[in-house]
Amino acid sequence: MKAAVGGYARARDLRHALELLSEAGGVGRVLAGGQSLVAALNMRLSTGDVLIDISTLAECRGVVDDGDTLHIGALTRHVEIGRDPLIREHAPLLADAVGLIAHAAIRNRGTIGGALANADPSAEFPACALALDAVMHVEGLAGSREVPAEDFFRDTFETALEEGEILTSISVPKAASGEAQVIEEVARRSGDYALAGLCLVRREGRHRVALFSTGPKPMLSRGAMAALDRGDLEAAVNALRGEIDPPSDTQASASYRRHLSGVLLRRTMAKIEGESR
Amino acid sequence: MSEIIRDQIDIALMVNGEPVEARVPAGQHLIDFLRLELGLTGAHASCEHGVCGACTIRVNGDAVRGCLMLAAQAEGAEVWTVEGLTDSGEIADLQEAFVARNALQCGFCTPGMLVAAQELLSRGGAPSREEIREHLSGNYCRCTGYEAIIDAVETVAGDRAGKGTA
Repeated sequence: MKAAVGGYARARDLRHALELLSEAGGVGRVLAGGQSLVAALNMRLSTGDVLIDISTLAECRGVVDDGDTLHIGALTRHVEIGRDPLIREHAPLLADAVGLIAHAAIRNRGTIGGALANADPSAEFPACALALDAVMHVEGLAGSREVPAEDFFRDTFETALEEGEILTSISVPKAASGEAQVIEEVARRSGDYALAGLCLVRREGRHRVALFSTGPKPMLSRGAMAALDRGDLEAAVNALRGEIDPPSDTQASASYRRHLSGVLLRRTMAKIEGESR
Repeated sequence: MSEIIRDQIDIALMVNGEPVEARVPAGQHLIDFLRLELGLTGAHASCEHGVCGACTIRVNGDAVRGCLMLAAQAEGAEVWTVEGLTDSGEIADLQEAFVARNALQCGFCTPGMLVAAQELLSRGGAPSREEIREHLSGNYCRCTGYEAIIDAVETVAGDRAGKGTA
């Protein structure tokens, strides 16, 4: 089908983008890489949107070493995340996630900020942000604020972004010495959305477990994290399976997703144990 | 509508090496613009939500989904379609290999396949069959069963690597 949009404007800089978004009122939609938004527009899941195109704003693109953290511009493309040496060294989870996201042609245009702001519960980057304890940097005409990943994802396609605000960058703590970061998912075909996926981070003996495609939003499994901290994998698998309430759909039943989540936790732990041996 | 927010947008870009200026509807995707306004019907508008890969074209050096990019976003871009890549001779060996190996039947997916495959081949080296499969995993073919396409790309990779060292 063809999109039915209410208008388009190309922002010159971030300030201009915020002014345009304000001018557009309630129907303004921020267009970044467009790999989810333009598909949704073409399918007329949304009509009449006024598109504020921020895709050319150089100030929101690229990766900077910020001391203890990496500062990643929202418009940094998946393909750039995948090959960036700073990301590979300090946040390898993000680099590894890129290979699981869609296909090469989509990774060439899709942006990390777009994926986070879109908050698809099946997407990899939101779960990575949770697992890495990332901080979202948000700008509005009234000023800027920071939102921890744990407070950012509210529901399916719903975030803490208020009307008129734009996600401009994220900060990710640099991996500590000996830190392990692993992402695993099960999908029917390469590039498909996962039936279930899991990110595991082990930092100085403490674990963080984030799941995607297992509920209305990416989530941390606190029960599994506590059990892994105690060194009890069986208890972690049980806690994980109890904590999630996955949906049933044409791709997979809830019980299969619950089963897969436990399998993925065992796989990621095996990978970490294998690496540290 | 304000001076800046418009439903018709003026764009200037390069298509297949030639400058193009046009006024496009805000919601028109790049493939419809290329096909309907410029008559470049090689890239196909098929699923129009980024799944099938039949619309794959090259924008600023990258293979992208033409249906997931608005024409309005192509301001200043350098766009290449299968027509331009054919005229320049850049993919002549790949096209010959597709024919020789019977890597197309109806041909609907072929322009997208060629652009996607050329992106992989242009990196040089000799990609494995697994890497070729992965790189083309976003391009659907409903005729060939893919095997012949992988064969053709693998053959060209080998031939080009051979020429590079000769």
